[in-house]
Amino acid sequence: MIDTLLPPALILLAGAALIGPVRGIMRDAVLLLAPVLTLWAIWQIPDGVVTTTQFLGYQIEPVEGGPLRRLFATIFAVMALVGGLFAMRQARWYELAAAHAYAAGAIGVCFAGDLITLFLFWELMAIFSTVVVWCGGTSAARAAGIRYAIMHLLGGVILKVGIEGVIVHTGSVDIQPMLAVNFDTWMILIGILINTAAPPVSAWLADAYPASSPTGSVFLSAFTTKSAVLALILLFPGEGVLIWVGLYMVFYGIIYALLENDARRILAYSVINQVGFMVCAIGIGTEMALNGAAAHAFAHIIYKALLFMSAGVVIYRTGMTRCSDLGGLFRTMPLTTICGIIGALAISSFPLTSGYTTKTLISVAAEQQGLAIVYFLLAAASAGVFLHAGIKFPWFVFFQKDSGMRPKDAPWNMALAMIIFAAACILIGVWPEPLWALLPYEVAYEPYTAGKVLFYLQLLLFSGLAFFLLLPWMRRTLTISLDTDWFWRVLAKRLVALLSRAGTLIGKRVGQPMQERARRGQLWLGQQLGSSGTLGRTWQIGTTALWISVLLSLYVLLYYL
Amino acid sequence: MRESQDDHWLTRPVTIRRLWIGFALVLGALVLAGLQIKVKGYFGIDDLFGFAAWFGFGSCVLMVLVAKALGALLKRSESYYQEEATGASTESAATSTDSGET
Repeated sequence: MIDTLLPPALILLAGAALIGPVRGIMRDAVLLLAPVLTLWAIWQIPDGVVTTTQFLGYQIEPVEGGPLRRLFATIFAVMALVGGLFAMRQARWYELAAAHAYAAGAIGVCFAGDLITLFLFWELMAIFSTVVVWCGGTSAARAAGIRYAIMHLLGGVILKVGIEGVIVHTGSVDIQPMLAVNFDTWMILIGILINTAAPPVSAWLADAYPASSPTGSVFLSAFTTKSAVLALILLFPGEGVLIWVGLYMVFYGIIYALLENDARRILAYSVINQVGFMVCAIGIGTEMALNGAAAHAFAHIIYKALLFMSAGVVIYRTGMTRCSDLGGLFRTMPLTTICGIIGALAISSFPLTSGYTTKTLISVAAEQQGLAIVYFLLAAASAGVFLHAGIKFPWFVFFQKDSGMRPKDAPWNMALAMIIFAAACILIGVWPEPLWALLPYEVAYEPYTAGKVLFYLQLLLFSGLAFFLLLPWMRRTLTISLDTDWFWRVLAKRLVALLSRAGTLIGKRVGQPMQERARRGQLWLGQQLGSSGTLGRTWQIGTTALWISVLLSLYVLLYYL
Repeated sequence: MRESQDDHWLTRPVTIRRLWIGFALVLGALVLAGLQIKVKGYFGIDDLFGFAAWFGFGSCVLMVLVAKALGALLKRSESYYQEEATGASTESAATSTDSGET
């Protein structure tokens, strides 16, 4: 019976393949039913290895169940469903198909029981997420898509090198916890960290996601970084270096988001910030911390998609994406404003929202381990999240000033998708137990004690006070902020130009005389080999015989010597 | 015209003043609530009165200052990368012309 189970990823992949050929209401049906069927299949998979097969001489396990895998696969399928609903009337069919194939890759990663299967689905995600970026349709989207593809293919190669190394040196393709202790494991860790947008290559995320279509960024925000978080939980729980990588990402996201003018780039930086919390938790590595990372990933996919949805509706209705062009939209877009605010409160872990009942698990884990610096930095970062995403995003997009624009609110399908996710943010906030029951370890935590609620209200509302007092310092400017991608987007280009100049100079100084000599040599050879040359002209038979006898005599002589 | 457009009750100065007063009252109440409600500290310093309030405020001010300082160093015009691409191609074209002439 188990062998007849259909891998969930294949169901969604089949759905992706069908979206193009079918039309009208049938397309809508495929778009919405494929994720529902996938969700059903996800919940049929029992714990442990379900299917095994031979691939390139290796015994691989394409489907392995488990609570953690099921949790991530569930939220990926839900994301495909609600994202599909959000995009069904506005996105082109090939963006929808690519988004479903992309989600299928992420779900495939969830159930991969071995490194080879993980790698194959990893690359599937890279390919189709690139297509989603390209669906932005502008020249900027095409260029950003190419940079995105290069980064992810490079990450894939590094991951593959690590996987090959592990297979060669241990003989095992199994996915099992490891630490970064040798070249192979470091390569795997780096390959995965590239997908989490860890330093020094964090820039790919804020470069690519905002270049996609208003609907594409909703899908992009969910799968790549969170499947990498799952891979880290499965492969590197308790790897100490991740604590500091995660903390770097947390503050990198805040600082860059504070400097940013583009609404979707603010959200993109806050993805890195939030994934930083998860990476840090995986580094702490206790049961509480891993629960925190998993629960936070689940909640984050929902509120981050909600934030990208509200930004997507604004862009869809106004065509504007810069904070300096936006403002005052709450007048005619009340639903989008309220949903955006709920998403912003959830990302800030405001009490009664999903962020509060999930992200705080990570702080508790740091406290339980006695990691004082980590605990205080996470608390400061929580305040910073409210600053850069919790207030800044809704304030500049929906309030701030009157931009004069009076756009309509969201179309019905976009509105419904936002309402579903906004409701989920509040539901997980007020009733977290059903989500906690899905976590890999038992949760022994009481989030709503008076002391904890007061702590977070003080932290967040005084962060809000800092925002409004420092508002004159945060006036939006028509600027971007340089990042490490400057090294390969500008410096590398300048070096190539420099080398090209050097090449031209060398060509002139050395190449030209060489060319003259070569030309003379060619002329001389032509004279010798031409029809009138020494070696080319017709010789008499007697002369030929004479030369042959001379050569043979020389050969015999040399042989006896 | 601007006034006729911008007449939403939420944007009126009197509303904004009331919002500020309300916000200040809430902040004050939150700090004073610490007298009644014990916020458990784990590492000593977080046992101080109103810790989360001043820590949250202080760390946000610090982050904004760091962002301002880094912004002075890292901010470029929105068309920076396009200009770089155009500039580089112009430069290389100029280089090849120069080398051709000499």
